[in-house]
Amino acid sequence: MNARSRNETAPVHLGMPGHGPEAPRLGPLARLAPEPLKVVLNWGRRYSLWVFNFGLACCAIEFIAASMARHDFIRLGVIPFAPGPRQADLMVVSGTVTDKMAPAVRRLYEQMPDPKYVISFGACSNCGGPYWDSYSVTKGVDQIVPVDVYVPGCPPRPEALLQGILKLQEKIARESLGERYAGRPASPAGAPGAASASALTSGLVRGPATPGEEAGR
Amino acid sequence: MTETTVGIGGAAGSFGAGTGQGTDMVLNIGPQHPSTHGVLRLRLVLDGERIAAAEPIVGYMHRGAEKLFEARDYRQIIMLANRHDWLSAFSNELGVVLAVERMLGMEVPARAVWLRTLLAELNRVLNHLMFLGSYPLELGGITPIFYAFTEREELQRVMEEVSGGRMHYMFNRVGGLKDELPAGWTGRARTTVARVRSQMGRLDDLVLGNEIFRGRTRGVGRLDAGTVHAYGVSGPVARASGVDFDLRRDEPYLAYGELADVLRVVTRTEGDCLARFECLLDQVHNSLDLADACLERLAELPPGPVNQRLPKVLKAPEGHTYAWTENPLGLNGYYLVSRGEKTPWRLKLRSASYNNVQALVELLPGTLVSDMVAILGSLFFVVGDVDK
Repeated sequence: MNARSRNETAPVHLGMPGHGPEAPRLGPLARLAPEPLKVVLNWGRRYSLWVFNFGLACCAIEFIAASMARHDFIRLGVIPFAPGPRQADLMVVSGTVTDKMAPAVRRLYEQMPDPKYVISFGACSNCGGPYWDSYSVTKGVDQIVPVDVYVPGCPPRPEALLQGILKLQEKIARESLGERYAGRPASPAGAPGAASASALTSGLVRGPATPGEEAGR
Repeated sequence: MTETTVGIGGAAGSFGAGTGQGTDMVLNIGPQHPSTHGVLRLRLVLDGERIAAAEPIVGYMHRGAEKLFEARDYRQIIMLANRHDWLSAFSNELGVVLAVERMLGMEVPARAVWLRTLLAELNRVLNHLMFLGSYPLELGGITPIFYAFTEREELQRVMEEVSGGRMHYMFNRVGGLKDELPAGWTGRARTTVARVRSQMGRLDDLVLGNEIFRGRTRGVGRLDAGTVHAYGVSGPVARASGVDFDLRRDEPYLAYGELADVLRVVTRTEGDCLARFECLLDQVHNSLDLADACLERLAELPPGPVNQRLPKVLKAPEGHTYAWTENPLGLNGYYLVSRGEKTPWRLKLRSASYNNVQALVELLPGTLVSDMVAILGSLFFVVGDVDK
């Protein structure tokens, strides 16, 4: 497809706000919006969080448990039926992010439309957790994508996820989108928290070229 | 050479197309895809609707557990070992402690042996319930997973009461178990087992009697016994193909030797997706029976310790051993090489799912793309168990 041929020539730049000096869609208008409007917008956003479960490891099972009948996070307005990242507002990274997986996490995050939020669920995605000294584990998903709420635990109980969602909703309630995007670095590669997907794919070690594989991996 | 490369999922655009001839379409699935368990990536070469070749690409969940084992002492290893197959944490712990106990020549108290057997069987039920719920979900039936999780929560409550963990129990110790049972626990466990058994009928009726489910699984993804042996497939997936092998019966560990009259090795001969599902479902019933038998036996046992006093620094003597257990998903083995240090020199992990997913190379070619999910889901793998 297109994405592949582009990848060979130049790094992929997906349309992220924060590329220019001002976030293109949300910047000035949101700042000028009157306070009651912000309240209404935030109220709408916080109670219809279409969630995209980036289920990676053990924590994904607890995420599923939280979406089932006993804990049922749908009552908080978290809707787990997003068909993919492009229709989601919230990404829950649940599980160990490995260095091999990291570009995919970044890529899928970039596919989400703004305003978007990330919950890091579990010790592994917070900081590497029990795999803190592993050679293949990314020590925290916040090295790849900005994280709004961290939920501690290994794995956290479903109740902890509910609490994390409440915290996120509080955060959304008092946020102003203009301020949210004003602090973003202009270049996605400028800060360690904002490396692009293609930057993450460039490995230190390049394996021997086999006929079935491409060098670009 | 024209080639159309189509990608779905996170790694689309970053994978290399093969050197297929003609107009093969290469379909990349994953590593992130909406299946309920994990990040297995598949590279399919399609000929129209039919899969011409399939290659599972593993390693997206590789956490380097085997290397980390070498930097942890024997108490800490348990904590890492129960995380590779996160649905069968107790059984994973078991393999490690059995290996270390064998190296030390340590006798485990009888109560601990029976308790371990009981908890391992409850863990098996928990594991199977997850798949019994998620497999119909992958085929489009949403309801069963809610029932499966209702029962999982019941069982998890019992497991949590005894161990403190909902998924990762950390209840095994070298020489026994961590703690004595809470007062009145066996009664509550008995009630829960009875309740889960009484509710299993809902899953049977919902899924097995469903003609859409049967239509999508019967005769699909036939795995023959030869392939099972060639790829080292084990567990319920192998037994569904008529390979009658179960370590609990054929090389009894724990208390399984004394449970021979209750233990029933569930086999099928069809080897298709439905047979694999039926194996899982029947094993749940049998595991609940085993759990009941363990509870009965525990009540008869005289009071006694459940663990042993360990030295402050636990060192396995020099040597090597291989301990394998019948995990819910198949054979799980630990090859422990010790040089007399407090950490193992090498602890090789043989996980069931790794071998089981390799069979996809044989299973998928010739099937339709729409059957891919049915076959993939019916291999009942956990990605952490694949990638370790």
